Formats: sequence, structure tokens, C-alpha cells
Amino acid sequence: MDNIQRIVQGVLRFIRQLFGDPQTAVGTTIVLLFLFLAFFGNALAPYGANETGDIPVSAAPSTQHPFGTDTLGRDVFSRVMIGTSSIFQKAGLGTLLAVLIGTVIGLYIGYQGGWIDEATSRVIDALLAMPALLLALVILGVIRNLSLEQGSLQFLLARNSVLLVIAVVYVPIVARVVRSSTLEIKTREFVQAARIRGESLGYILFREIFPSVVPTLVVEASLRFSYAIFLVAALGFLGIGANPPTPDWGLMVEEARGGNYNIAPWALNFPAAAIALLVVGVNLMSDGIKNIVQKSE
Amino acid sequence: MIRFLLRRLAFFVLTLFLTSLLIFALTRVLPGDVAQVILGREATDAALEATREELGLNEPLLVQYVDWAASFFTGDLGQTFSSPRRDINELLGARVLNSGRLAALTLLLAVPLAVTLGVVAGLSEGKFADGLISILSLSVVSLPEFVTGLFLINVVALGMRQLPIIQSLDWWFPASSSINPNATFSEALPFLWLPAITATLVLLAYVIRLVRAGVIEELKKDYVNTATLKGIPRRRVVFNHVLRNALIPTVTVIATSTGWLLSGLVVIEFVFNYPGLGRLLIFAINNRDLPLVQAIVMVTVVIILIANFTADILYAVLNPRIKLA
Repeated sequence: MDNIQRIVQGVLRFIRQLFGDPQTAVGTTIVLLFLFLAFFGNALAPYGANETGDIPVSAAPSTQHPFGTDTLGRDVFSRVMIGTSSIFQKAGLGTLLAVLIGTVIGLYIGYQGGWIDEATSRVIDALLAMPALLLALVILGVIRNLSLEQGSLQFLLARNSVLLVIAVVYVPIVARVVRSSTLEIKTREFVQAARIRGESLGYILFREIFPSVVPTLVVEASLRFSYAIFLVAALGFLGIGANPPTPDWGLMVEEARGGNYNIAPWALNFPAAAIALLVVGVNLMSDGIKNIVQKSE
Repeated sequence: MIRFLLRRLAFFVLTLFLTSLLIFALTRVLPGDVAQVILGREATDAALEATREELGLNEPLLVQYVDWAASFFTGDLGQTFSSPRRDINELLGARVLNSGRLAALTLLLAVPLAVTLGVVAGLSEGKFADGLISILSLSVVSLPEFVTGLFLINVVALGMRQLPIIQSLDWWFPASSSINPNATFSEALPFLWLPAITATLVLLAYVIRLVRAGVIEELKKDYVNTATLKGIPRRRVVFNHVLRNALIPTVTVIATSTGWLLSGLVVIEFVFNYPGLGRLLIFAINNRDLPLVQAIVMVTVVIILIANFTADILYAVLNPRIKLA
């Protein structure tokens, strides 16, 4: 019970600190606003993502269509709102998955050391030699062209390929960060005490070492999240992360550029602004988180 | 020094080996039937068999890997599968050169600017200039490449072209950089500016923050206090002592940001339609040309590893205090 109370207090203090600094408060508010849209954007959107019907084509922003309509007559405002959930699913859940797997790997190899650590670290180095975007492009490029049976496990995985790719490209980075924290923490007395008490490996990793890794992990996770948004948006823009007519922000920008831009510039400007605003928000927030963590150390 | 070099070299070779295994696994093993992926679902059995024969797909995987890896050393990368079929070597040569020009111009613009801004921010930590530079590098400059690129195309290249003052000029930034892939440097230069500015903005935020952190850390060291207390003017302390030390890591940062830069160029080349390695990669992926994808990714990784290797060496040479073991 005491533990839970302590954690709740810690989280509350953290939230107070997030809103204590103006820059961080702005960033956090932006992110929370988008998070709200990610959950409720679909229900709140005045039109469907691919609804055309009576809607005028390439209409300038008006009270009926605050962000205008695109060259196919789809309401840009609704598409941006609905698209929020896709970017949070891909970038957010992908980062979360990367953090989970990366933490387990990092804790394990950092604590165990020896050849397992050496071998895994070299593989991590090799993976990190490839820029994330390049790795993601190659994996998605291949997966896209597989002919998979509908309903099979592979089909399900391929449908969430962007989310999984985000996880794959960020696992090595998270693992490396957690590993280096673990290397330092495992020499402390409380860890040695636990080992001498004969605690299990799982107990030592998750109950003794993990809590001390959390601050570093929170900073890394928020940083990864901002890069993941970049990556998801870029993949959508390159036409490899999403297929039309998905209301993916990056893809919306790509579809609205070139000749279409002269006819309906708002169809490009608003999704691009949404990406920019979210990235700025996440950056301001993650910068603030870093400062808070550094101060408390 | 020799031991240090050998260690780094061994590390280089090992990383190259592991990365090549990874690329091979992703492009040969993950797709299942490579010939089917390349030729599409409607391919005839005869065509599939011919492709398998050409790529040696009927061999065991180990043989395939060795053949593939050897093709990099002999410099014979085979032919593309997207029509018209061309020698990959020739194609890559021109594209690497084009991307290299863009990268070089970017570094030329970005490095002096980033170092200056980073030093100014670091020296005025917590003051107005620092706050301004931080906010700029956090927000405006850290936008995705394609957003910045499209802004430059739509607002600068196309939008400002209408202005009378611009119309009186002989030249203005072109909106597209779709040039002949074999253009000479002077032919290409006018088309390089906007993509290079976009890439500069991407790189800027990253380098500024590292330079700033380096300067701040260096300013806290004891020798700075000693020098100040000895009565050495602040300007001399900063230029003769602090910057020399603070900028050493920057050299490595710039070399190691090659990977960052190259992946940024993929998007930037796509936005501006510039015929570099990055646009070729997107083309290869869209045309399911797996041998071309393999070759591009492998070449990119080799460039990045060489840059990282150079960074290590430079760091050791510039900083004699580093332990070379």
C-alpha cells in the first residue's frame, strides 16, 4: 500500500513539475490535446475520413469546412482529427513496445555481463550503424510486397507493420541506454545485498535495478516518441508507411503537394501544421522532462 | 596508436559484417520468394525461374550470402530489375556523387552556422540569446524535413517569385531540383541551394545543442577559474582555452552525423526530386527492385561506417589526452 501511495505521489509531483515551467507546460498541453483527439477525434469529426458526397471539391476554409476540402472533396479538418489516432497508434505504441523490449534486453545484458553482453552489444552496434529511416524503409518495402493470406498471423503483423518497425528500429537504442544505466547501478550496495540474499534474477532486475533506471528511461522514451512521430510522418509522406485513402498526416501532405497545391493549398498546410505542432509539443515536453529528471538527480 | 587503430579497424570490419548479414536477411530471407517479389504476382513460371537463376536463388543461403558479399569487393553489383535494365555500378556512381555534392554543400552551410550559434548559446547560458537559440532550434528548426522543404518550395521558390523585386533579378531558386543525373557541378549548383538549406536546418538543431552543451561543460572546469583569476581577459580565456577544448567533440559529432544527414537526404531528395541515392532508394522500393535496394543500403552503410571510423581517428588525433587502449 505504502508503495502505491509513494508512486502516486511521485507521479503527481512529476505532473506538477511539468506544468511548473512555461515551456514545458505549453508542450505538455499540446501533446495532451492531441492525445485527446487520438481517442475521440473519430467521434468528434464532423465528416467521415473519406466522405465526399455533397461536399464541394477544393473549397477554401469556411465555417462548414474549417480547414477546407481537398481536391477529392474530403473535409480536411475531419481527416486531420481522425488521422491523430493513427500517428499515436504507430508512433506511441511503437515507442512503448520498443521501450518495453529494450528495457528487458538492456537490464538483462547489463546485469549479466560476459559474452552475452558482448555479443548483444555488437549486434546493437551493427543495427545502429543503419539510420532508422533506412532500416524502416527496407523492412516496409519488403513487407509491402508479400502476398499474405488474409486473416493469417503474418497478415495481422503486416497490417501493423509501421508500429512494429518503429519498435524494431528503437529497441537497440533503448537497450543500449538501459544497459549503460544498469552497468552503473548493479555495483551499488542494495543490488549486491539482494544478490547475497539469494533473490531471483527477475526480482533483482525488476524490483531492485529497474526503479533506478526509470528516470533515464522516461527521458529516453519521450525523446524516442518525438523521433517516432518524425519517422511515421516521413514514411507516410514517402508513400511507404500508409496507403491511400488512409487519413495519415504524412500521406495527406504528399497527396496535396505539386499541382494540387495550387488548387487546394489548405489540404497541405493543415496536416503539415498538425505534424509540426505535435513535434514541437513533444520536443518541448521531452526537454522539460529531461530538465526535471536532471534536477532531481 | 597502432593498437588503437587496429582495434577500431577490427570493430569496423565486424560491424560491416554484421550489418551486411542484416541487410541480406532483410532482403533475401524475409521476402520468402525473392523472384516473386521482384516480378510481381502475375509472373510466369519461366520468368521466375530465369530470375532465380540470375540471382542464384536456387543455391543454399550461405552460398548466396558469400556470392552477394563478394560482389561488393569485386565491384560487380549486377543489373537492376526495373526497366530499362542497367548496371547497378554505373547507376550508383552518379547517384553517390549527386548525394555527395548535396551533403558537402549542406556541411559547408551548416557547420560554421551551427558552431557559431552553439558557442553563442553556450557562452550566454540562461540569458536571452541562449533562450532564443534554444527555442528556435527546438521548434522551427526541428520540423520534419519534408515540412521545411515544402515550405521552401511553396513559399520561397514559388510564392516569392511573384514579387517585383525578385522578378527584376536574373535568377531565383527553382522549385524542383529534377536535373539530369549526370549533370556537372556547375550545372547542378543552382538546383542544390534549397535542398541544401533544408538539410542544413535539419542538421543545425542537432549540432547547436551539442556544441552548446560542450561549451557549458567546459566553462565549469577549474582551469577556466584559474585563468580568470590570473587576470586573463575573458575573450582570451574563451577563444584560447574553452573553445579549443569544447570544439573537439564537435568534430566527431559532425562526422557521426553523416548517418543522420544521409537519412535526411532520402526525404529531401524525394521532396525536391533530386537524383541522388535517396530518391533512387525510394524508386527501387516502389519498383520492388531488391538487388538495387540491397546495393543502395549497403553503400550507404559503408559510407556511414567510414565516417564513424574517421571520427574516431580524428578524435584521437585532436585530443592527445584520450587513452588509446
